[in-house]
Amino acid sequence: MSGNDDIATIAEELPLEALPLDAWHRARGARMVGFAGYHMPIQYEGIMAEHAWTREHAGLFDVSHMGQLSFSGDGVDDALEYLLPSDIKGLKPFRQRYSMLLDQEGGILDDLMVSRLGDEAFDGAAIYMVVNGATKYDDIGWMIENLPDAVVMNHMADQALLALQGPEAGEALATLIPETADLLFMQSGPFIWRGVPLWISRSGYTGEDGFEISIPADDVTLLADALCALPQVKPIGLGARDSLRLEAGLPLYGHDLSPSVSTIGADLGFAIQKRRREEGGFIGHARVLKELADGPGAKRVGLKIEGRLPAREGAQIYAGDVLVGEVTSGGFAPSVAAPIAMGWVSLPHAVIGEKLEIEVRGKRIAAAVAPMPFVPHRYRRKV
Amino acid sequence: MSRYFTEEHEWIDVEGEIATVGITDYAQEQLGDIVFVELPVEGATFDKGDDAAVVESVKAASDVYAPISGEVVESNAALEDEPALVNSDAEEDGWFFKLRITDASELEGLMTEAVYKKFVAAL
Repeated sequence: MSGNDDIATIAEELPLEALPLDAWHRARGARMVGFAGYHMPIQYEGIMAEHAWTREHAGLFDVSHMGQLSFSGDGVDDALEYLLPSDIKGLKPFRQRYSMLLDQEGGILDDLMVSRLGDEAFDGAAIYMVVNGATKYDDIGWMIENLPDAVVMNHMADQALLALQGPEAGEALATLIPETADLLFMQSGPFIWRGVPLWISRSGYTGEDGFEISIPADDVTLLADALCALPQVKPIGLGARDSLRLEAGLPLYGHDLSPSVSTIGADLGFAIQKRRREEGGFIGHARVLKELADGPGAKRVGLKIEGRLPAREGAQIYAGDVLVGEVTSGGFAPSVAAPIAMGWVSLPHAVIGEKLEIEVRGKRIAAAVAPMPFVPHRYRRKV
Repeated sequence: MSRYFTEEHEWIDVEGEIATVGITDYAQEQLGDIVFVELPVEGATFDKGDDAAVVESVKAASDVYAPISGEVVESNAALEDEPALVNSDAEEDGWFFKLRITDASELEGLMTEAVYKKFVAAL
């Protein structure tokens, strides 16, 4: 028996680093794998059980591998509006937005979360950003190149990041920090827990209600222990994080998004607000304008698969004899109880309900373009 | 009946000229939740080391090799409806396929249970 596409065998070239919770994960029986340059927990008791737990209760994810950055200095909003296609000037204090870094050709260098701090966190910086772990050093290099000298970017490598996700995340976190109950989806703010300063946003990447909590690395073990002592909370590994985000229709950078694709094709146009589309003034604007006018060549779509055989990343998608696309993420969806996939399909075939075939080990399996998310989002929005 | 093991974490029960093949408990534990098993069709013939089956966990697909040469006489139909049988009972009800052995001498290089246990303990 041998893995032909086993996440556990994807070797990193550099020696792997340990995250602040490394010993904590191992003590809880995590199976550790190399991911984004770190030893990370892929699972504890099993992906299916952890996935189900998160959909029903609350799961704690260690996402400390992600890059946490702060920005300050004169002209920071203008500088970030050059780097990002999103409306930064209109971003109110304590609000968060999904955005991305684009290259000169409009290709996606990374996707990220950006929020406006309220002068009370991270040494009074103006803007807080969370970027993907695997891309953070490239992102930093790219931003240094494209930021004016007056804007200071700080990589907060001494901050850990936890995500608490699931329908019981709200009540769980409120038992430790009652004030977090007031946060709504994509709102954030500074909080104090046992004297430790936290920056908490109501957001995540599972489709469920939940939070992302930035905390000094020295204090993260204490918080992880306190959260997992609650009856609603269990630690969850990377494996379930991937199946949860796939069901939620959320793209994973390096798989569903890459420099070869653009925002409009990726169906992420919502990240570029009207003013930014019209005025431009950001790197990659020409591609966005062109694809808004002429349509992208291909689109990111959801795929529902008939039968039980999963189609994985790299599987080719056909309409009859014609190759029309490729699966970029795929696997068995525990909450759907069927295989699902995300892929890029040429525009004429990227229509909900379009019947296609995916080639898996020389066999064609039936699939149809499906609306995403596959499992409804349950964010806590205004009531 | 004798049971043999391979370094690829398969077990083989031999009864007369028929060998029943499955993956070991250690293997299913490593793979995690199994969601699909692609089994060979009756009458297929394999040389030792050929790809014979594919086991799909939530995360990944893994090949299962023919541990010895032979002709498939039966595949475990129960795995079509309940692939998780491989997780719950890898070394009995979760068997994959039965082969009619073409070269019994190939069994000689395989491990006994005691040797396999030592092999796994050293991993």
